This record gives sequence, structure tokens and C-alpha cells, in this order.
Amino acid sequence: MEPSKQERHSKDPVEPGPVTVLGREPLAPNMQLLTVQAPVVASKIQPGQFVIVRADEYGERVPLTIVDWDREKGAVSCVFMQVGTSTYKLGKLKAGDVLPTFVGPLGKPLELDRWGTVVVAGGCYGIGSIYPIARALKEKGNRVISLIEGRSKFLLYWLDRLEAVSDRVLVSTRDRSMGNSVDGPNAVKDLLASGERIDRVIAIGCTFMMYLMAEATRPFAVKTIVSLNPIMIDGTGMCGACRVSVAGETKFACVDGPDFDGHQVDWDLLLARRKAYLGPETDSGER
Amino acid sequence: MSKKQIIPKKTPMPEQPPAERIKNYDEVPYGYTREQAMAEAKRCIECGRPLCVDGCPVNINIPAFLKLTAAGDFRGAINLVKETNALPAVSGRVCPQEEQCEAKCVLSKRYESVAIGRLERFVADWEASQGSPPLPDLPPPTGKKVAVVGSGPAGITVAADLVKMGHHVTIFEALHEPGGVLVYGIPEFRLPKAIVSREVEYVCRLGARLVKDFVVGAAETVDELLERYDAVFLGTGAGLPWFLNVAGENLNGVYSANEYLTRANLMKAYRFPEYDTPIVRGRRVATIGGGNVAMDSARTALRLGAEESIIVYRRSREEMPARKEEIHHAEQEGIRFELLTSPVAFHGDSNGWVKEIECIRNELGEPDASGRRRPVPIKDSNFRIPVDVVVLAIGQSPNPLIAKTTPDLKTGKDGVVIVDNETMKTSKKGVFAGGDVATGGATVILAMGQGKKAAKAIDEYLKTGQW
Repeated sequence: MEPSKQERHSKDPVEPGPVTVLGREPLAPNMQLLTVQAPVVASKIQPGQFVIVRADEYGERVPLTIVDWDREKGAVSCVFMQVGTSTYKLGKLKAGDVLPTFVGPLGKPLELDRWGTVVVAGGCYGIGSIYPIARALKEKGNRVISLIEGRSKFLLYWLDRLEAVSDRVLVSTRDRSMGNSVDGPNAVKDLLASGERIDRVIAIGCTFMMYLMAEATRPFAVKTIVSLNPIMIDGTGMCGACRVSVAGETKFACVDGPDFDGHQVDWDLLLARRKAYLGPETDSGER
Repeated sequence: MSKKQIIPKKTPMPEQPPAERIKNYDEVPYGYTREQAMAEAKRCIECGRPLCVDGCPVNINIPAFLKLTAAGDFRGAINLVKETNALPAVSGRVCPQEEQCEAKCVLSKRYESVAIGRLERFVADWEASQGSPPLPDLPPPTGKKVAVVGSGPAGITVAADLVKMGHHVTIFEALHEPGGVLVYGIPEFRLPKAIVSREVEYVCRLGARLVKDFVVGAAETVDELLERYDAVFLGTGAGLPWFLNVAGENLNGVYSANEYLTRANLMKAYRFPEYDTPIVRGRRVATIGGGNVAMDSARTALRLGAEESIIVYRRSREEMPARKEEIHHAEQEGIRFELLTSPVAFHGDSNGWVKEIECIRNELGEPDASGRRRPVPIKDSNFRIPVDVVVLAIGQSPNPLIAKTTPDLKTGKDGVVIVDNETMKTSKKGVFAGGDVATGGATVILAMGQGKKAAKAIDEYLKTGQW
């Protein structure tokens, strides 16, 4: 039997409305945590998905990774690094500000299963991104090794949070201020060389880190999933700016991804396309 | 036979001189004055069998609106036009009139047709100049709720009609501005955005609710919408850009027209750095394609400061699908046409930026499925065009996001949603579709026409419950 009119209308889920900033705090130099009231996104978001944000009416559409959410309260948190005009503007937001655009969830959810031992590696904003992934993998019954990297100890964050959802947390720092290896890819290599069984690696961070991670695991044939971060505009498959080449085929990172098999990605192309607007970005920042 | 005196030529419409307009983003034609409009409308000879009406996809009563315009009753004229066309200020500017109403005008056999499109634009602009149009009396609410997905021409039309029938309408838009292709695709110099926002505002004043930044297929599926709405209309357009699948297509500097125009129009990159979104301002820009989107891209490139803007099209001028006026304007502005030419590869520099297009010359063979003569490559005719930006304007198809998340929605070639052409019903109960998502990429007026049909059928369905 079809539901009556009354039942139908009482089923109204979260009403879309203005997205308000609940808070913003620095996690590390240039690294910010932004929490907003966004019930639509909070009700649907899955690990691996992202949102697109505009800081003001003149702003670019910037894809941001989601690092945590509270479905009950309708709150969503993102981490971003302040690198250019748009993220600089995001870094000025304060509680009570209304974002003109906060749209999502976008992209496919990350494939989650019980694989055995999974390494989740994060660098930069990716340290935040891997948190909900580690949590979900742990809930699925995996042995989770979280692996975070940074140039130095003071650039790392959320160790405590990751410890709470991981069986092991490994730290790498370029200056060896913390941990035993210089970066995540080397840490994974060391693990594999020591005979540790790893069933899957998931890496999120700057393009170069993900590239190195894919190269580190390639000789060991350990499936390595990377979350690609090309330039995007609409995030719904409309513009093609985010096209990447995977296994020789052009894919749109926004709708076909953002997660792909790192051993199949054309990294040279991705690295080149990431740099397309370096000049204008500098001009925009200098105004 | 009419005894009216025949005036052979259209009243010219004043426009910005080409040398000036390529330096700004303002609209090219200024539009008719009252006097010019009345003079032009008087050119209608009031023939016995007005075929112009058949040529119009929404069958506007053209002779009657021309007669009212000729008499200076612009209010009467616009009201008549709006009976069948919700967006006359838009269609007056972007309709391919030379293939539709004006092609059927009896004058066009020996002289120039009546400038129906320009007059449609005139009466719409006249109305806007009179302040906000009064709202019609609405029937009592029916209590029925309809979700309209997409705020382009089809969605706006459906929403306006359904609200006027007393239904509750919510329009969902994925982007941060409503208007669909009218906003992200068609440039300001061809369709000022103030016109689009005026039309959307009118629909909202009528009582429709607009939800921006909401991606149906991601934030909610169609099935989830159907739990809360009595019917769903899909007017999601043709937003998936096509690529050529030739070498070097992913080099930096190679854009889909969707990306290029979205950056320029929706994100206002032409006003960078006032707006934050950048766009590559090439010195030599080549646009691949021969449709309106190609003309828009090539002309946008000029306005972004290109020294040379080139159209590369695989067939000859005869087969170009763009509106005549757009081709004419592009030529006036100094755009170079490389006809009977197809790209075979893009070559880049050591930093991954495009620097040359390798092309091959074509000759025309037998007509293909589209009825146009097929381009046949001439062996060993390869040559290269130096460029720093390439825009691919070779077509688009519906975005697969909704079809992928709606298993029982039947789609055909290129992901086009299959509909009944009379009712715009899809294969899924309660779901209707119209515009480019159902045609694969046609005109604004056709999208509005389908929107009209869909609104009627949705109303019928809501009243009877019959599918």
C-alpha cells in the first residue's frame, strides 16, 4: 500500500538551508580544521567523499576532504591547508559566518571491506582524511596501521584520534624529529621488507606523496588506493577539469573517483595538471 | 492576397561595433527602439496561412503578437507571447529563428523575413523595463508537491506552469547559481545574466522554492525524492562534455567548452582577480567545433585578450550547426575559420602545456545519419597550428549521475533519458523529463516546449493518479 499523504510529508528529512560555520581552529601551521552545520551533507557523507566550498561570493569552488561528521547534530568537519587565495579566505572564517556554497557529498564512497591488515597513510591534509577511513576499516574488522608523515613533528596532528581507531600508529618525519623513517613510503617499504603482511594500502596527501607510495608498494604488488586531488570546478562531472588517466583511460576524479588504483594512475599527467594555475594563483594572492 | 506594401529588408538592429565589443563583455546588439520595433512589426503582410506559427516549437501566435506590436500595444503583445513561451527574453536572443519561425515566413521566399526573434526580444525587454510584472491570480493549493531537478530552461518552465496550477514546487539546482546552461554556458555578451535571474526570481515570486547547491543523485536519489514528492521532473540538461580521444588531449591548456565557459561565465574568470577563479588567457586560441558553443568559446577567447582566435571545424561552412547570427558576429570580430579540418593530435611542451594542434584536411563525402555530408580525411594533408589554448566544443550528453543512481530509469544512446514525446513521461512512475536530458542536446526553445508539455502531463497525473 502506498503511504498516505500525511505519512509522506512527515517523512521530510533534513531541510537544506544555509551552511553556518560552527568553528575553525588551527591544527598545525597553515593547517586548519573547519566545522560547519550542514545537515544534508552530514546525513549522507561516507568515508572518501568530499564537498565543494566557496568562502564568499567571489570565491573559487574548492574541493575539501571531509574528516569527521556527526549525523545527529548535522555537523561536518573538513581540514584544509592554506596555500592560495581561496584557502586563505577559508582560513578567515569564524563561528556564525554563512558559507555561500557547501555542496556534497560528492564523489564515490571509498570501497570498504574486511581485507586483513590495511595501512592508511596520510600526509598534510590527508592526516585528517584518513581518520574516518581508519575508523570505518576498524569497524569492518581490519587490523589498521595508521601512518602519518610530515616534514617535522610540529606539522603533525590528530595522533590521539588516530590511536583510538588504529591498532598501530607509525610516524615519519623528514627531519627525524619523531618516528623512525623519513616518510610514509619509506615506512611502508620498511614494513614490507621486514615481512609484515599488508593486504591493502590507502594513501591520501599531496600528489607527490601518493605517487611515491604507489611506487613503494608496486614491487610488492600490494593494492594501493590513492585519493586524487586534481583541480575541479563543479564536482559533478560537468567540466572535465579534473580528468586523470587511469589504466590508459580518461576518468573524471570528481565522479569516477576520487579513489583510484595508484598503480594504474598516470602520475606525470596529474602532477603537470595540478600546476596549471600556479601563475594566476600567485597574481591573485598578491593583489 | 494581402494588399500590404512589401518592405524587402529587415529593420537593422543597432549593435556594438566589433572593434569595441571584443574588449568588453557587454551584450552585442542593443535591441530595437519602440519606433524600430513598430516599423519592423508592420513588415508582416498578414498572409492568409501564417506558417511561422508551425515553425515555432511552442507555436507562439506570431501574427497576432506582431499586429499588437505594430499598433504599439506592447503589453498585449508580451502577454500573448507568454501564453506559450515562459522565457521570451531568452528565446528572442538564443533561438535559431532562421531555421524556425523566420524560415517559414512567406516574405523569406523572395525577401528578408520579418525579424520575429528581434521583436520577441523587444516586447520581453519592454515588459522588464516596466518594473516587476504583476503576479497572476493563483488557484487554491492542490496540496501536491513536485520536485524539479535542474533550473535551466526546461526546469524554469515546468516550475512556473505547475505553480500556476496550484502545485507546490521545489527546484533543486546543483550549482550555486540558478539558470543551468543559460548561466554557466551562454556568455554575458549573448545573454545578459540579469535576464536569467529576473526570470528565476519571477518563478520564485510565484511561489516556487529554489534549493541551490543540492546534487540530486548524490545528496538524495530520485527514489528518495519520490518518498516526499508526488512527482519528479528531470531537467538536468546535457552536462557531460565530450572529448576527441586523441593524443595529448589532457595537456594543460586544453579545455572542454563546459570548463572554459563555466570558468568565464559562472565563475566570472573574465573579472579575475576581482573574482578568484583563473582562466588561461591564451594569445592563440583554437576552438574545435562549429556549433553555438564553439562560437561562444571563440568569442570569449577574444574578450579574454586573445590575439588570434580560430575555429577548427571538420565540415564546411554550409554544415555549421551554429545560428547564422553567431557565425556572422564571430566573423565580424575577426575569428579565423579553419574549415574542413580535424585535429588528430595535440602536442605539448616539456612542462605539459599544449603548443600545437596537428590537423588533417577533409573533403566532403556522402551524407551521414545527420543528413550532413560526412568529412573524409585527405591522406598526408597533416599540418600544425601553433596554439596556447584549445577549447573542445564538439558536443555533450546528459550527466550520468541520476541515471546511475536510478536503476529503473531507462536511458538510450549517450545516456539520454527515454521519454514519451507527448507526455514527457519516463520509464519510471512519477518521473518526467524534458530538455537536453531527453533530447541529448538541442535548443533552449525545445527545452521550454517540452517543459510546457511535461507540466500539463504532470498536472494530469497529479489529478488522476493515472500513469
